[in-house]
Amino acid sequence: MRRIALILGLILLVAPVAQAVQPDEILPNAALEQRARSISGGLRCLVCQNQSIDDSDAPLARDLRILVRERLVAGDDDKAVVDFVVARYGDFVLLRPPLNAHTLLLWGAPFLIFLAGAAFVWRRGRQRAGEENATPAPLTDEERNRVDKLLRDEQG
Amino acid sequence: MIVEIGHYALALALGVSVIQTVVPFWGVFRQDRTLASVGSSAALVSFALVALSFAALVTSYVRSDFSVGNVVANSHSAQPLIYKFTSVWGNHEGSMLLWVLILTLFGALVALSRRSLPPRLRAGALAAQGLVAVAFLAFTLFTSNPFQRLSPVPAEGQDLNPILQDLGLAIHPPLLYIGYVGFSITYAFAVAALIDGRIDAMWARAVRPWTLLAWTFLTLGIAMGSYWAYYELGWGGWWFWDPVENASFMPWLAGTALIHSTVVMEKRDALKVWTILLAILTFSLSLLGTFIVRSGVLTSVHSFATDPARGLFILFILIFFVGGSLALFAWRAPLLRQGGLFAPVSRESALVVNNVFLATACATVFVGTLYPLLLEMVTGDKISVGPPFYNATFVPVMVPLLLLLPIGQSLAWKRGDLLGAAQRNAFAFGVAVLAALALLSFTRGGPVLAPLGVGLGVFLVLGAGFDLAERIVTRASGWRAMLSRARGLPRSAWGTALAHAGVGLSIIGIAAQAWSSEAITVLKPGERLTSGRYTITLEGMSPRTGPNFRAEIARFQVFSGDRELAPIEASKRIYTARAMPTTEAGIRTDGLSQAYVSLGEAQDGGVAVRLYDKPLILLIWIGSLVMALGGGLSLTDRRFRLAAPKRAAPAAAVQPAE
Repeated sequence: MRRIALILGLILLVAPVAQAVQPDEILPNAALEQRARSISGGLRCLVCQNQSIDDSDAPLARDLRILVRERLVAGDDDKAVVDFVVARYGDFVLLRPPLNAHTLLLWGAPFLIFLAGAAFVWRRGRQRAGEENATPAPLTDEERNRVDKLLRDEQG
Repeated sequence: MIVEIGHYALALALGVSVIQTVVPFWGVFRQDRTLASVGSSAALVSFALVALSFAALVTSYVRSDFSVGNVVANSHSAQPLIYKFTSVWGNHEGSMLLWVLILTLFGALVALSRRSLPPRLRAGALAAQGLVAVAFLAFTLFTSNPFQRLSPVPAEGQDLNPILQDLGLAIHPPLLYIGYVGFSITYAFAVAALIDGRIDAMWARAVRPWTLLAWTFLTLGIAMGSYWAYYELGWGGWWFWDPVENASFMPWLAGTALIHSTVVMEKRDALKVWTILLAILTFSLSLLGTFIVRSGVLTSVHSFATDPARGLFILFILIFFVGGSLALFAWRAPLLRQGGLFAPVSRESALVVNNVFLATACATVFVGTLYPLLLEMVTGDKISVGPPFYNATFVPVMVPLLLLLPIGQSLAWKRGDLLGAAQRNAFAFGVAVLAALALLSFTRGGPVLAPLGVGLGVFLVLGAGFDLAERIVTRASGWRAMLSRARGLPRSAWGTALAHAGVGLSIIGIAAQAWSSEAITVLKPGERLTSGRYTITLEGMSPRTGPNFRAEIARFQVFSGDRELAPIEASKRIYTARAMPTTEAGIRTDGLSQAYVSLGEAQDGGVAVRLYDKPLILLIWIGSLVMALGGGLSLTDRRFRLAAPKRAAPAAAVQPAE
């Protein structure tokens, strides 16, 4: 979360004291509670900075956590619960942005950058290797004569 | 009076920095050595002035001089002395002054450094560094002046944000800033080399200690901040992929790449153009981080810098230095001669691969951090990019890099033997696989990736150890010979091995967090709560009064199985000046693991309690410390030692002067 922000004294408004999930919110059914925790971990607390509702002590986050649990108790599967929350608050609530036309570049960036880097290095390597292996231009007549002369002097 | 002196000194420092920039540039241009050497004395004077200014602000804080607006807003007369002191940089204006102090300190260090630098390079670097100082001194003076007086003078201050009243504030920002700002030197050297149009192994040797220094401190700063967040925020998280964290992580990734590419440049005179670009990019990312944190563009809720003038000013600084240096790069880089050739399988290639992966990782964090902002500007769509995104993208980039690390490290320079390198690491790899398999069967039904992560960490630690061992242990010789071989190894070899082992240790700690567990309940005195291996019993609650807060303290007995550990105290505090509550987690270290208790609201005659079992969590930070230790050890290598006596007669003595 905003560790460095707080370190720099950036926080004026909200104390980031985590209370997050309260004992009275916890579902008696451990399996359901586990699912609720993992769903909440992927949902953003809308009034916080990059914090999931599972980590946040904001009242809105608490409302959302309770909402998630209500939907689970009502029998929704995980996807239905998330869809329900997204229908209300939009994609902004998802900490893992969905893959669509607008986020294609975001998700593709790591691969594109890696490919570009690898391709550059590869081409560069070939180019340099080419320079190294290129056969030197044949000797001119004048050069040949000088070499011959030198070799002769050596023997003589 | 002291306040005015501080203010005046800061303004003077701005003037001197202008001289530090203009005169040496002109000297280099005119080929005038006297003018070019003005930079050194200007850098020293500039540092002295900023230090005086900083001392003045410290004095106002320590004396609780509430005629200064900045002191009123961030201090309280009842604060313990240490927090009065650290309050100086616990706010935007004061921390900018610390930023500038460190910036000018680095300038002064370059001026003082006895290493034989080509005079043109030194002059150019000091001039470029002076320009950065001009920008940030102007920013501090004109938009973030900490010396503003108040009238009428309030009787009492508003106290420092309670979250910041912690030793972490004393240590973390200075470390982080030394790291951030230290890269300005590498940047300045890169700019100087571009202006000079000449670059060689000498440049790399001159720059490498500064890069190592900055990297080492940045590593410590990030690790320290992570540990601080872990114990202060009270829910046991240690990394959150928050934009402000990413702001410090990006320069770290780029700086790590830079350390490796300068090695290639120093040893083999290759990768020159890329290294220069990387040096520019690393400091640019530091500047970007400063912009992100200070402008509040990505952190609107928690940022204090809501003043748009500040954001705009820094944006201008950012554009000027990034754009200017990249333009210079585009213009001058083609002049730089390409260096040595190397085979596709060689240490050089391995380090190129390292750079490709690290640059990709850095770019991934960059895109993830800025994409939401860009998308909102272009389409109006608001999206969030949180930890699940980074887990899905950053981790897959890092894993192959770390898997290849030990193999790359055993490749020879120029032309390596891939099969041999793989064979040399086969044993380490085998042990790591066995460890992962053993863990996997031992924790059947648990997380699957965690044992693999631990295995990767083991591979890194063993790989680093065996690499050293191979250079020390020989079959024929006795232990005496080995000892002397160990002594004969350059410190940088030890440093490299330590840093790589440190990465492994951190990875083990990170992977092990998949096995952490959490329990939440309401406890009344005498009741027990179990999570993972730990059981706590609430003994009782008692009030306590601190200097500027009231606390409610809960005492717990702690058991690991039947073994009783020392008791834990966890508390909730109310800081009276701001009526703000904080949670002080209670932590009991048990080997490398920790039992972590944090308190919630009092209810039904009891109190809400969360207990975490954090297995091997200390390894995350121990690993970072080991990495930093490796950096520090490399820094003491004889090649870099500042006052190292010159060995033998320098070859230059034979040659006539220019």
